[in-house]
Amino acid sequence: MAPIPPYLRELQAQVQGYADDFGLDYFTQVFELVDYRQMCEIASYGGFPVRYPHWRFGMEFDHMLKSHTYGLSKVYELVINTDPCYAYLLEGNSQVDQKLVMAHVYGHNDFFRNNHYFSRTDRRMIDVMANNASRVRRYMDRHGVSPVETFIDVCLSLDNLIDPWAVFRDPPAAKRQREREREREEEDDDDHRVGRLQNVRGYLDDYINPPEFIEKQRKARQEKREATKRKVPRQPERDVLGFLMQHAPLDAWEADVLGIIREEAYYFLPQMQTKIMNEGWASYWHSRIMTERALEASEIIDYADVVSAVFSAGAGQLNPYKLGVELFRDIERRWNVGQFGPEWDRCDNLQARTNWDKKLGLGRQKLFEVRRLYNDVTFIDEFFTLDFCREQKYFTFTENRRSGRLEIESREFLKIKNSLLGQLTNFGQPFIYVVDANYLNRGELLLGHRHEGKDLKLDYARDTLRNLERVWRRPTSILTLIDDKPKRIRFDGSEVTISDESEAFRV
Amino acid sequence: MISRIDKDHSRFREIVRGKIRKNLRKYISRGDLMSRKGKETVAIPMPSIDIPRFTLGGNQRSGVGQGDGEPGDPVGPGQGDGQAGAGQAGEGEGQKSLEVEVTLDELAEILGEELGLPRIEPKGTESLDTQKDRYISLRNTGPESLRSFKATFKRALRRQLASGTYEAGRPIIVPVREDKRFRSWRTDPKPQSNAVIIYMMDVSGSMGDEQKEIVRIESFWIDTWLRSQYQGLESRYIIHDATARVVEREVFFRTRESGGTMISSAYKVCAELIEREFPANTWNVYAFHFSDGDNWSVDDTATCINLLRNTLLPACNQFGYGQVESPYGSGQFIKDIRAAFPSEEKLVTSEVTGKDDIMDSIREFLKGGR
Repeated sequence: MAPIPPYLRELQAQVQGYADDFGLDYFTQVFELVDYRQMCEIASYGGFPVRYPHWRFGMEFDHMLKSHTYGLSKVYELVINTDPCYAYLLEGNSQVDQKLVMAHVYGHNDFFRNNHYFSRTDRRMIDVMANNASRVRRYMDRHGVSPVETFIDVCLSLDNLIDPWAVFRDPPAAKRQREREREREEEDDDDHRVGRLQNVRGYLDDYINPPEFIEKQRKARQEKREATKRKVPRQPERDVLGFLMQHAPLDAWEADVLGIIREEAYYFLPQMQTKIMNEGWASYWHSRIMTERALEASEIIDYADVVSAVFSAGAGQLNPYKLGVELFRDIERRWNVGQFGPEWDRCDNLQARTNWDKKLGLGRQKLFEVRRLYNDVTFIDEFFTLDFCREQKYFTFTENRRSGRLEIESREFLKIKNSLLGQLTNFGQPFIYVVDANYLNRGELLLGHRHEGKDLKLDYARDTLRNLERVWRRPTSILTLIDDKPKRIRFDGSEVTISDESEAFRV
Repeated sequence: MISRIDKDHSRFREIVRGKIRKNLRKYISRGDLMSRKGKETVAIPMPSIDIPRFTLGGNQRSGVGQGDGEPGDPVGPGQGDGQAGAGQAGEGEGQKSLEVEVTLDELAEILGEELGLPRIEPKGTESLDTQKDRYISLRNTGPESLRSFKATFKRALRRQLASGTYEAGRPIIVPVREDKRFRSWRTDPKPQSNAVIIYMMDVSGSMGDEQKEIVRIESFWIDTWLRSQYQGLESRYIIHDATARVVEREVFFRTRESGGTMISSAYKVCAELIEREFPANTWNVYAFHFSDGDNWSVDDTATCINLLRNTLLPACNQFGYGQVESPYGSGQFIKDIRAAFPSEEKLVTSEVTGKDDIMDSIREFLKGGR
């Protein structure tokens, strides 16, 4: 790794100047020049120079190096969300490429700094990761490489079980405080009112609200309250990792390793929540910076060549770069000409719609607002319109069971949008809750999967339960739906069983 | 210094090797590896090395795409991996099914470790290797007798030119110590092979395709393993039905013939071969014979036993006989020779009923480590 040579420094100053012109608001940007091997190394560490030792980084590296060597793919840009923001340039790239990467990186940098979902991430993550790494190394020295590595495997297998909104909520202590208060209030309120129907004629009261019925209701409610009072967790809890840290019987080092994995999972979460937006935003800016300012006439062909590959919308693949950049362009256009709001929505005159131009010029302002406030789900939900969908020729595809090939299923707007949103909701992961830590009063851990239309992958679910058992040290189960039937998958320490349940899990 | 990624990488390779070991039986019984040679790598499909998570799989692949086409049209080949949301264009990611590359030698080594095969000690005549020195480079120090005049002169000339002490009118070159260059040698081991493996295979009509396949695979692995053990090992290949002939390695692993079975024909060719090319007093001879044991006649079997007793066994370090179970049932031959040589150490017999037995059979043959 080396600081960049003078000609690249000049280039950076130039690109940064353009970024300033466009009003991008970024962290101090640092570029490093690396050769392709180092690039693969850093990329397999997720952009960080130091991570804890683990074989999966080696696997990533193996794969990247191979695809690089065989020319299948190439890591173009690598930028991390830190302050100052680090990005890596590949040695031997042409000047156009470097310029393009720089422009792109300034877009990411601006996004990291300003998007709301990144606001709670630790911007000094390089140091944090390095510290985590040295702690893990120390544990390996003390307890042996394989036990620690195996335990990391276990933790990683659970690292998608986190609560995306936890960071924006009250700290746990305040939360508990508030819960207590609510309980007290509930206890105080008049028990007699429970289950009572409204009754204006006093003499009918015994018929409309028979005392024994009211009494039953009151008892039931009290029982329920008593039951939840002792229940851990009180309410289904989405931060499974956090829950395990607090409640699982772990050694000190194990709890620490679990904490490390959780911390890093939360750090990477916003990047998964804003993949389309982030890439779209960076692509939008590199294309404006390059085409309006930075490109020289002789570089246009090379530029177009690279960019067309980046934006290529393979028929069956959703390209986040393409989708993102087109949406941002669409938003800018619509807000410039005023194609939004109730008046636009109500208008069904095709002629009027095509010639719609209120000359508002709000596009730029809207763009920056969107990049600050949205994530992929809300972004798609709000701006993926029928017109956009038609224009960009989106479709849903599905597997033909007989031939096994993928076929275009439909071009119906709602279907497409639902499918897109389905993929993005909860960053593409299932909703899983801790339901009961003392299931059947036997200390078993019960999770619940909130079914949103797609089943869990069964073989993976089995293995994950095994790993969960390793942490919980008691049998573990998960409630889910398999082919629309409520089931419970359980691992008791020696075998996995699947049994029928009477009711599906709901929150 | 070993970089961090190299450590992680080697951990990964270790895990891969572990996985290969677990499924070795399966890989060993794969026939398509046989067209490869030792240093070539083979791609082995791995049961995915992945970290299991609770993920959404469902039973049907689906997603959202972009482009032209009517409902019902196929989405282009190789596109859409079921998680279109992950969209992988323009990035260095996208690994799904894993194929690892290992060389055949590595695979043979893993086989050796897994079977606990002893390293075969060459015995008999002295050393397997002789060494030969070749003078191919220069160095700064050495005995005067090896001084290279040309190189030394050039260095001295260059130095004098550079320091300005060279006079064109009086071209005297005086080398100092730093100028001197000496010839230097490298020692190349020159394999002096004195071990030979002779493979005999029954390709007669009673051997079905599957049997031949098993035999080929088994001798292929024995061959690969032994080659990785010995440098410059000689091997000879004999195929036989009612008549026998010596063939090339490639032919041995590929031919399909058919005809009657006269095992003695192969043994005769083998005996002649040993006598002509590999006299027993200077060569370690290993012989392996594979057949379905369905010999033509009792007389022929008697001839075989005679040959074994009088010629082959005295000449060989080990004689291995592997009998493959054929659709017509297992032949008589293995019983006959077991009966004829009840306590002969040099004769190792093994029965193979299916592809899964190949590993055990190899172990049987090689565990002796003769």
